[in-house]
Amino acid sequence: MSLSQSQSGRLAVQMMSHIRHALPAVLAVGSLVLIWEGYAWFSGVSPTTLPAPSRVLAQAFEYREALFDNTLPTLRATLTGFALSLVAAFLLSVIVDFVPLLKRALFPVFIISQTLPLVAIAPLVVLWFGFGLLPKILLVALVTFFPMLVALSKGYDATEPELQQLLASMGAPSWKIFWLARLPSSLPFFFAGLRISITYAVVGAIFAEYAGAAKGLGIYMLNAKNNFRPDLVLAAVLVSAALTLSLFGAAVLAERLTMPWTRRTSTGGNSR
Amino acid sequence: MSAPRLKLDQVGYSYGDLPVLENISMTVQPGEFVSILGPSGSGKSTLFRLLTGAITTDTGAIAFDGKPLSEAGRPFAFMPQRDALMPWRRILDNTTLGLEVQGIGRKQARERVSPLFAEFGLAGFEENYPAELSGGMRQRAALLRTVVQDKPMLLLDEPFGALDALTRAGMQRWLEAMWEKHRWTAMLVTHDVREAVHLSDRIYVLSPRPARVIREIEIDLPRPRGRDAATRALAAAIEADILETLLRPDPDHVDDAASHGSASS
Repeated sequence: MSLSQSQSGRLAVQMMSHIRHALPAVLAVGSLVLIWEGYAWFSGVSPTTLPAPSRVLAQAFEYREALFDNTLPTLRATLTGFALSLVAAFLLSVIVDFVPLLKRALFPVFIISQTLPLVAIAPLVVLWFGFGLLPKILLVALVTFFPMLVALSKGYDATEPELQQLLASMGAPSWKIFWLARLPSSLPFFFAGLRISITYAVVGAIFAEYAGAAKGLGIYMLNAKNNFRPDLVLAAVLVSAALTLSLFGAAVLAERLTMPWTRRTSTGGNSR
Repeated sequence: MSAPRLKLDQVGYSYGDLPVLENISMTVQPGEFVSILGPSGSGKSTLFRLLTGAITTDTGAIAFDGKPLSEAGRPFAFMPQRDALMPWRRILDNTTLGLEVQGIGRKQARERVSPLFAEFGLAGFEENYPAELSGGMRQRAALLRTVVQDKPMLLLDEPFGALDALTRAGMQRWLEAMWEKHRWTAMLVTHDVREAVHLSDRIYVLSPRPARVIREIEIDLPRPRGRDAATRALAAAIEADILETLLRPDPDHVDDAASHGSASS
């Protein structure tokens, strides 16, 4: 009884410290929005040039069905492309870990693939693969594949040498050393890569849609711009930001669930 | 004297052009605690890499129970420097690692390890992660992981090198008591003279690289050591003597010492 009370007490303290931690950021964003709102009201600038935040929100609500309708394809392209990229990056990272020669041969190619400007590549990919889901998936995979591959490779190499020596002395073959030591050692790197890549993924999908699509946030932004509706462009931007943040949050949550040991240290006091 | 458990016969090893070990001959008897004492970088760890099969000898031969090492079937349980516990595994699952690699099922492995937790001062910490334990406890967990493999011989590579002085002294006393009870055949690599004298039946002193055995010392002190004035004084004398050998760069003295052999008795 007293234990659960002290636990809930600690939870409350944690909440307070979280709120205090977030306060400066909330204040900064809040005052920016207020300044924008005030400027839009008092400068007399036309809403077709700079709509006030309140107008953006109102229009977002008004067009919620259209926005929702266009968010789903973007989400689908992002998640499918990212999943594909993760699977490919993982498989190749394993192969490359066992065949270092392949790493030296392939990594320069991947680095070059990362230097290609998205603006130039997106229309070409649409030209080659049409207006369907495929070019979006490919572009998302293109922007997220290499960061994930590098994160995994770096993670494997971060394995403690003594741990590998220990396993080798126990007679573990190299695949077992990989499974027992190198793979778990790569988890922190994997999740660091995941958090960054998931934000790239959304940007990649929107770029692909911008270059040509039937539906999606990217094409919705383009059409809104062409119809002189910057309020709807910003509404779509708002949705894409919310989408990115939710995916980022999901990645952080997955990290916490997968790596429970990182939150328990000798100061954490869960030891009996 | 019975047949040696481990016998190194004029073993040599080089990393490329760099000779690391030269003409190393030593033996370890069953139930004997032998220490290898030498300056940093003298090839002590290379010796363990040879024994665990990570590398093979250039010259000379290693025999275990009279058989060549390659036919002896991994007779060693190795404890690396620092603890090398897996941060993502709970202590219980860390200690079963060696059994798991041998192919023993998880449940059976846990049943073998669990009864030993109390003796190793780890009772109640089975479900904790390594980061939640003190340095001494982590080291005891690492030793538990080593001995539970039930191999004929233990190889301890500077096991207490990363601990603070007080914890280390405590761990040395604890290990001595554990060894008295179990009489493991063990080889300890260290550069801590006091540790070697405190724990060993016999000490081989190595020269700087390329390492050769420059002295072999029988430590004939009663156990437990260092608890009363008499053994403390004797141990201190041996320590001072070994330190002289290690710090004197003169090669003539080195040969001289080697030919005189044992220091105690």
